[in-house]
Amino acid sequence: MNFSADLSLALPEVILAVGALALLVWGAFQSRANMVFSLAAVALLVAAGAAAVLGPMGRGFSGGLIADQASAFAKVAIYAASAIAIPLGQPWFQRRGVNNFEFPILIVLAALGMGMMASAGDLISLYIGVELHSLALYVLAAIHRDNAKASEAGLKYFVLGALSSGLLLYGASLIYGFAGSTHFDIIAQSVEGGANVGVLFGLVFLICGLAFKISAAPFHMWTPDVYEGAPTPVVAFFGAAPKMAAMVLLARVLAEGFGGAAEQWAQILVIVALASVAVGAFAGLVQTNLKRLWAYSSIANIGYAVLGLASGDAAGVQAMLVFMVLYMVDVTGFFACLAALSRDGRPMETISDMAGLFKERPGIALAMSAFALSALGLPPFSGFWAKFYVFKAAIGAGLGVVAVIALVGSVVAAFYYLRLIKVMWFDASAGATDTPPVEARVIALSLALFTFPVVLVALVFIDPLAAAAAAAFGLA
Amino acid sequence: MTGILSLITYAPLAGVAAILALRFVAPSGSPRSAELAKWIALVTTLVTLALSLVMLGLFDRTTADFQFVEDFAWFAGLHYRMGVDGISVLFVVLTAFLMPLCIAASWRSIEHRIEEYLIAFLALETLVIGVFCALDLILFYLFFEFGLAPMFLIIGVWGGKNRVYAAFKFFLYTLLGSVLMLAAVLGMIGITGTSSIPELMTYDFGQEIQIWLWLAFFASFAVKMPMWPVHTWLPDAHVEAPTAGSVILAGVLLKMGGYGFMRFSLPMFPDASAYFTPLVFALSVIAIVYTSLVAFRQTDIKKLIAYSSVAHMGFVTLGIFSGNAQGEQGAIFQMVSHGLISGALFLCVGVVYDRMHTREIAFYGGLVNRMPWYAAIFLLFTMGNVGLPGTSGFVGEILTMTGAYQASTWAAIVAASGVILSAVYALSLYRRVVFGEITNPALAEIKDLNWREVAIFAPLIIGTLYLGIYPAAVFDITQASVDNLVAVYRAATGG
Repeated sequence: MNFSADLSLALPEVILAVGALALLVWGAFQSRANMVFSLAAVALLVAAGAAAVLGPMGRGFSGGLIADQASAFAKVAIYAASAIAIPLGQPWFQRRGVNNFEFPILIVLAALGMGMMASAGDLISLYIGVELHSLALYVLAAIHRDNAKASEAGLKYFVLGALSSGLLLYGASLIYGFAGSTHFDIIAQSVEGGANVGVLFGLVFLICGLAFKISAAPFHMWTPDVYEGAPTPVVAFFGAAPKMAAMVLLARVLAEGFGGAAEQWAQILVIVALASVAVGAFAGLVQTNLKRLWAYSSIANIGYAVLGLASGDAAGVQAMLVFMVLYMVDVTGFFACLAALSRDGRPMETISDMAGLFKERPGIALAMSAFALSALGLPPFSGFWAKFYVFKAAIGAGLGVVAVIALVGSVVAAFYYLRLIKVMWFDASAGATDTPPVEARVIALSLALFTFPVVLVALVFIDPLAAAAAAAFGLA
Repeated sequence: MTGILSLITYAPLAGVAAILALRFVAPSGSPRSAELAKWIALVTTLVTLALSLVMLGLFDRTTADFQFVEDFAWFAGLHYRMGVDGISVLFVVLTAFLMPLCIAASWRSIEHRIEEYLIAFLALETLVIGVFCALDLILFYLFFEFGLAPMFLIIGVWGGKNRVYAAFKFFLYTLLGSVLMLAAVLGMIGITGTSSIPELMTYDFGQEIQIWLWLAFFASFAVKMPMWPVHTWLPDAHVEAPTAGSVILAGVLLKMGGYGFMRFSLPMFPDASAYFTPLVFALSVIAIVYTSLVAFRQTDIKKLIAYSSVAHMGFVTLGIFSGNAQGEQGAIFQMVSHGLISGALFLCVGVVYDRMHTREIAFYGGLVNRMPWYAAIFLLFTMGNVGLPGTSGFVGEILTMTGAYQASTWAAIVAASGVILSAVYALSLYRRVVFGEITNPALAEIKDLNWREVAIFAPLIIGTLYLGIYPAAVFDITQASVDNLVAVYRAATGG
């Protein structure tokens, strides 16, 4: 393949990279963000998404970059979640006097890194993608510079993220040493017919490093602190797109690089999944801060997504992809609700702040209830369908007992979602709230409508797309 | 008449939409808006009832096939598939019949957030009817499980003092049972590649897998039913729920468990059902005797009736798992009859609770002096609860016991003692509340039934007596399907 053909495969990345640099120059002259600036960033993401879908498919840069159905599926979801984060975040920061033009640019850069993760075809591009998006996220967590908690969150995230990158690199170097290549397809050949201990050792480190990124137990400790400290719209972004990117990357590495060692990695994933579900369910019970609560909820939910992957077949990957798309809607929507709420100018972040919210803000209370019921997995909300796919795949792959344990875990978690609903619906009002900003309200309500009833129609389209994407990974 | 089932199922949602649109006419929460909302809800439920009666009229009683079938492909191999047969059709009508009464019973007793309350009830009606019409496993699960949400709110928002505890207990208990069923449902789809209930009813599962699937379904339906020892959520839920909530809970929500046994456990897992019959019989008999004794010791009227519901549901499970025509017919009849009688009994409690705001038995006494009409109506339903011949309660009990006798003599004999025990607690309740002199001065001015309350009771009285005198009205409808069910079950188990 020649260079221009390679570049055409990387069209989404090219658009985002060039666009981000152009925005940077524009921002340097303008120094304050405004509506047009944000819109330009959103337009970039939309263009990149269109390029990912319509552009050519294949492998470029000697196999380092893959453009296929799977990467297109993931990129559309990632870019869409990033695009929502910009209108949700920019006005929020402006109202708090943080008028940095960097916010949209950082989102675009993070989206660039996440897109690379979805397209990674060897360990080098994997690492570049992971680092590019992580660095953008560290800054985003601390973008509220004058806020001590946000700075603390950014620092924590950075230190632990660096640690996980170290693990990842160490694993990658082991794999390279024992397999003789960084390319997934060549690693796959060496794994064929039984991987040697060195490669497996490296694989374990690689999985650990990625488990940090998706905040799966036992590498979840940073999540509650970062979610609590980081600005709410940033958390709406954190909880969704990066998780999708890392899950797709994990699926890609395991399926394309280590398809021959599926039995080995499936064991690890089962343990990670069950640990995540258990930690998320039980630790969530004692939380009083909603952002921490949702951090534990996200840990439990990632456990379900990992369980889908642990099935080790195409149905499992499809389940994971559907799960992640539906979950992204859920988590973005919930934090959009939180971003919309404040009382006397102070954010409402504890469960008791929500007392009687149904009286004060019926629309947002309904939306939050929908997200909570969806995360609980109550049919017919989107979260149920997410779990439907995952558990169907897991039971089909012979993981029936694991599925039942995970389902029981979801009943434990049900308690804290119900408590939130109880507080909003049953309790007496804790006082009037400020008028919610339009953009957060619109985003929250439309995403709530997606969880039910739009999802019942949307799945008709998502189902075959996810199946095609899953087929691209080449698992049985 | 394809489409009538969806029409019946979703008709209540039109009422929901109308109530939501009320805010453009009157500010929500205003007396005018509340008044209009009540009328909208009443009319909607009456229209639904009329539609369900039309459906019953068109129902072909000579066939065991599913009728009014609708079938559209959805995604991931799922279908939107609806249909009714002789087993489910009566439950649709029963639900549609009880709903207007529930709305009417809430006319004065619900004082705050009446619009939301009515929306919850109408949504609940859609979901309950959907459960009985769904012919796709996942569709069934959707309706079955989503029904928890409105009931959770009905108990939690409009319930009594301890409502939060009761609502949580109700939700979590049922959810735990349901997720096990979900695992089994997904397993069945994995094995057979279809989620169609009619197809699965003819699928031959291996013996060992049947055991697991049966247990998972049992976990869900036993909680819903509820069977001893997983019945403890029911008394709490009943005591805290508003009157109409109790009526709908006892009247139709419990029936989902029995319906589930007949729709899934028996035809799909016949070997496992036969294998576990002794277990079910033991639990049923314990439920009948033990909860009757517990009921006798209650000091709260509603709790007493709640425990008596558990005992009566024991007869239903006894009948279902006897695996013969009398047992199945009796079980369906008992469920319909219990829907009328227990609903009426909860309404009787509601009448005095609305006046005195207490359900303590000791508070009352001598009501017959001030409320002769009430005393007469309460007596009728107490007798129905006891199973007096001439009321519908008698037919169900005698048939389930006849059926059970053929399967297990001992179970039937012990269960028969439950009839005596039910007379003990029901008559003693009646004596303590109604007979004697009025000793509590607070009761001196209590008023007898008003026309609205009489209008609510009238259909229930007619139903109870009509079915008691002419039970064939039910059996004609269920006959073909029950015979088919029994034939399939017998053939599979070699009985």
